[in-house]
Amino acid sequence: MANRFMGWVDERFPATQLWNEHIAQYYAPKNFNFWYYFGSLAMLVLVNQLVTGIWLAMFYKPGAATAFGSVAYIMRDVEWGWLIRYMHSTGASFFFIVVYLHMFRALLYGSYRKPRELLWIFGCLIFLALMAEAFMGYVLPWGNMSYWGAQVIISLFSAIPVVGEQLTTWIRGDFVIGDATLNRFFALHVVALPFVLVGLVIAHIMALHHVGSNNPDGIEIKANKNADGHPADGIPFHPYYTVKDLFGVGVFLTLFAGVIFFAPEFGGFFLEPPNFTEANPSVTPEHIAPVWYFTPFYAMLRAVPDKLGGVITMFAAVLILFVLPWLDRSKVRSIRYKGLIFKIMLAALAISFLILGYIGTQPPSPALTLTARIATIVYFAFFLLMPVYSVIDRTKPVPERVTE
Amino acid sequence: MSKEGVDVRKRRFLTTATAAVGGVGAAFVATPFIKSWMPSARARAAGAPVEVNIAALEEGALVSVTWRGKPVWVVRRTPDMLKTLDEVASELADPDSEAVQQPEYCQNKFRSIKEPVLVMVGICTHLGCSPKYRPEASGGQLDFPGFFCPCHGSHYDISGRVYVAQPAPLNMVVPPHRYQSDDLIVVGEDPGQGEEAA
Repeated sequence: MANRFMGWVDERFPATQLWNEHIAQYYAPKNFNFWYYFGSLAMLVLVNQLVTGIWLAMFYKPGAATAFGSVAYIMRDVEWGWLIRYMHSTGASFFFIVVYLHMFRALLYGSYRKPRELLWIFGCLIFLALMAEAFMGYVLPWGNMSYWGAQVIISLFSAIPVVGEQLTTWIRGDFVIGDATLNRFFALHVVALPFVLVGLVIAHIMALHHVGSNNPDGIEIKANKNADGHPADGIPFHPYYTVKDLFGVGVFLTLFAGVIFFAPEFGGFFLEPPNFTEANPSVTPEHIAPVWYFTPFYAMLRAVPDKLGGVITMFAAVLILFVLPWLDRSKVRSIRYKGLIFKIMLAALAISFLILGYIGTQPPSPALTLTARIATIVYFAFFLLMPVYSVIDRTKPVPERVTE
Repeated sequence: MSKEGVDVRKRRFLTTATAAVGGVGAAFVATPFIKSWMPSARARAAGAPVEVNIAALEEGALVSVTWRGKPVWVVRRTPDMLKTLDEVASELADPDSEAVQQPEYCQNKFRSIKEPVLVMVGICTHLGCSPKYRPEASGGQLDFPGFFCPCHGSHYDISGRVYVAQPAPLNMVVPPHRYQSDDLIVVGEDPGQGEEAA
C-alpha cells in the first residue's frame, strides 16, 4: 500500500529521488568528528528562529509608539510569550556561536579549497545576510540600545564620500532614526531577509551535495570507489550521520535550554541592559556597544583613527573571507598535514578575533585601542600573507585513504 | 535548437532589443520602490523650525530642544569659557572651522552669531552619539571646558570644535538659526529668512 502510494507520487514528483540524493544515499566521509556537528545545528537554529519569529510577529507591533510596549506585552501577558521571545533572542546568539564554529571548521580542514569555492562563498553570503538580519532584529524591540545601535550602524554609511548623507537619509526614511526606519527594518527582518537566508542555505546545501563533503583529512573520498561505485571511505548520511547529528542536537538543546531558563540575558551579552529602557533620542547610553557577535568587527572600526578608514576596515574584515579560496596555495587542505606556520597563523587569527571581541565590549581607552590595532593587523595578516606562507610552509605527505 | 533557415543577425537584434526595452522597463518599475524609502511628506513637514527663548538661560547653562528629532543645544557660555577658545586652538583639528559644519555667519572661533551664545546640534560627528556637556575641566576627560562623547571618547572644545586625533573627524554641526528678538532664537532658519512672517 505504502509502496504503491510512493510509486504514484514518484511518477509525479521526485520525492524518493530527492530523499536518496540528499539523505539516504548521500555518501559522506566516515571520519567526521566533533567539528562536523555545526552545519546541522545551524539549520536547527534557523528553524528555531523561523518558528519563534513567526509567533513573535503575531504579538509584536512595529512602530515607534508601540514596539517597546508590545515586547513588554509579549514578556508579561502573552501565554508563554516570555519563552518564545527568549528562544528567539537566545537563538540569535547561538546562531552566531554555531556559525563561527562552523566557519572555523572550514579554516581547520581547508573546506573552502577547490572545488568547494562556491560552497564557501554561499556560506560567506549566509554570514553576511545573517549579520544584516541580526542587526535589524536588534532594532525591533525599540530599546535605547536598539536606537543608538541603529544610529551608529546607519551612520557608517555617511562615511561614503559625496552620496553618504543622502544614502543615510534614504536608509532611515527620515532625518533621524524613527518610525519609518523601524517599520522598514521589520519588513526586511521578517519577510525579505528570511527568504534570502533560506534561499542561500538551499544553494549552500546543493553545492555541498554536488561536490561532496570535505573531511578532517582533506582527502577527496570520491577518488577511491569500491565495487558498487560508492566512495570506499564514505557512509550514507542516513542513518549514520542523522543519528550522530541527533546526539549533537541533544547536547546542543540541553545547553540552549539552560541559557533560556537560567541566563537568557547572559550577563548583558545576549540582551544589553540599556535595551530595557525605551528608545530615547536625547539620551545616549554611557557606553554604546553592539551585541557580542559584532564586537570583533566593531573593535576594528574603532581601532582606525579615520572614519572612512574605519568603515572600510570593518567591511574588508568580512569581505576578505570571500577570496580565501584563492589566497590559500598550500599543497594540502587539512591542518593535519599543514606546517607550523599555518598552525601559528590560525591560532593568532583565533586569539586576535577573541581579543577584538572582548575590546569591542569595553569603553575605549588608549591601551585597548593599541591592542585592538595590533589584533586587527594580525587578523588581516592571516589572510593577506597566506599566499606567501602557505607556499613556504613545510607540509606533511597526505595519506591515500582517510585515517580513523 | 536548429539554426537552419534562421536569420541569426535578425534574431540577435531582436533579442538585444527586447532585453534593452525590458531593462528600461525594469528601471522604471524599480523607481517607486526605491523612492518610497525617502522621507515622506509627513517626515519632511516635521522638519519645521523651532523657537527657543533664552531669557532665563543662566551663564554656563545648557538648554536642549529638539529640531528634526535631533537635540539642539543652546549654551550661554561664561567669559572664562570663551577665554579657553584661544588656549586650545593649537590642539584642534579645525580651529578656524573651515569644514562646512556651520552656516557662513557662524564661521568664527565662537561658532555663533552672538559671542557667548552657542547654538549647536548635540550629535557627535563620529557615529551620531550625543556628547556630554562638561562645563568644567574635570574627570580626567577634558583639560578645558567642552564636550566629551561617551561612545568613542571624542573630545570637543566649548565651541564644539574637535581636538586632533579623535575618532570624530569634524567639528559638531551648527544649525541655521536666527534671532527673532534679543532673547528669541529660531532654529532651522537663516537670518533674514521667514522674518516677514514675524
